[in-house]
Amino acid sequence: MHEWALAEAVISTVSQIAEKEGLKEVAEVEIKVGELQQIELDILEFALSQLKTLKLKNVKFHIKTVKAELKCRVCGQKWIFRKEKIDEEIAEAIHFVPEIAHTYIKCPKCGSPDFEILKGRGIWLESVKGLR
Amino acid sequence: MADPRIGIIEERLKGVNRIVAVSSGKGGVGKSLIASTLALTLARRNYKVGLFDLDFTSPSTHVILGVEGLQPKEEKGIIPPQIHGLKYMSIVYYSGEYASPLRGADVSNALIELLAITRWNNLDFLIIDMPPGISDATLDIIRLVKRIKFLIVTTPSRLAFETVRKLIDLLSELRIPIMGVVENMKMKESQFIQQQVEDRGITFLGEIPFDTELEEAIGNVNKLLATQFSEKLGEIAKNLEP
Repeated sequence: MHEWALAEAVISTVSQIAEKEGLKEVAEVEIKVGELQQIELDILEFALSQLKTLKLKNVKFHIKTVKAELKCRVCGQKWIFRKEKIDEEIAEAIHFVPEIAHTYIKCPKCGSPDFEILKGRGIWLESVKGLR
Repeated sequence: MADPRIGIIEERLKGVNRIVAVSSGKGGVGKSLIASTLALTLARRNYKVGLFDLDFTSPSTHVILGVEGLQPKEEKGIIPPQIHGLKYMSIVYYSGEYASPLRGADVSNALIELLAITRWNNLDFLIIDMPPGISDATLDIIRLVKRIKFLIVTTPSRLAFETVRKLIDLLSELRIPIMGVVENMKMKESQFIQQQVEDRGITFLGEIPFDTELEEAIGNVNKLLATQFSEKLGEIAKNLEP
């Protein structure tokens, strides 16, 4: 239920943005979820629906997943993170703190742990739209 | 557009009365031992205390506390497990015994993640064991934790103080509260550090003599709390209590 904590973060930040931009009601929120964090979308959506505040009562959450693309800083190799290829315990550690990927995942070409997460790390608010 | 995790950090820490970053310009001055022993001492004085090891690439408080086989509970986030009367959080729950080679941006991201998902609930003190220096973790803690106060550790060495001086200057310039400076591993009589600290208008909290018994107490909390190091830190801790 770590997704619940992230959903709370989304609701809190959307509320702060709505306040700052003078929105009376929030209509649409676009959220990007990186595959590296392996967030359970069903749980995230459920938590979001339960945590809605009055200003967000009619909001539509559009959640898009983004493939986790990694690039080795040593040899330049690019690859896509695939959960199925790693141990369940390691996958869970990465789920809580995606940077733990550097502890367990190595470049498939040269074996270095020094890689960049180009995209698809975790949760990100792409846009917040509403009525002024 | 926005990182949603940042907006929840203050909320996660709202039940914590005092947030203390145990910090230094240099490594090897005893930050982790001071952070751990301070947390244990305050907990023994019946305060509700949390200890958060933020030295992600070189965590060591779990060794000091003799932590083995602990895992946080997952309940709408992460609930830090209790050990020796402390709520204790460290990246080692996830990295285990393996190295975590993290660049600055990764350190920032991991720090934001753990601050956003960890539920400390009500605490009198949250003691944070900081990594050395004034790079990402220090800058992030200043940026994200508005109520942070620094407890700075130095040794009598001019080399250590040269880096501590810069940390003091940075924090003073940013108007971040400094609770004071502790001079650790004191081996001979000298007023140099105290003078330097007080000249900058900062509280000199006290000195801790070099304790040859300390190494043997690592991993054993009762032994640790019986050391001369602990006794001296216990006196210093009185100045930090409400």
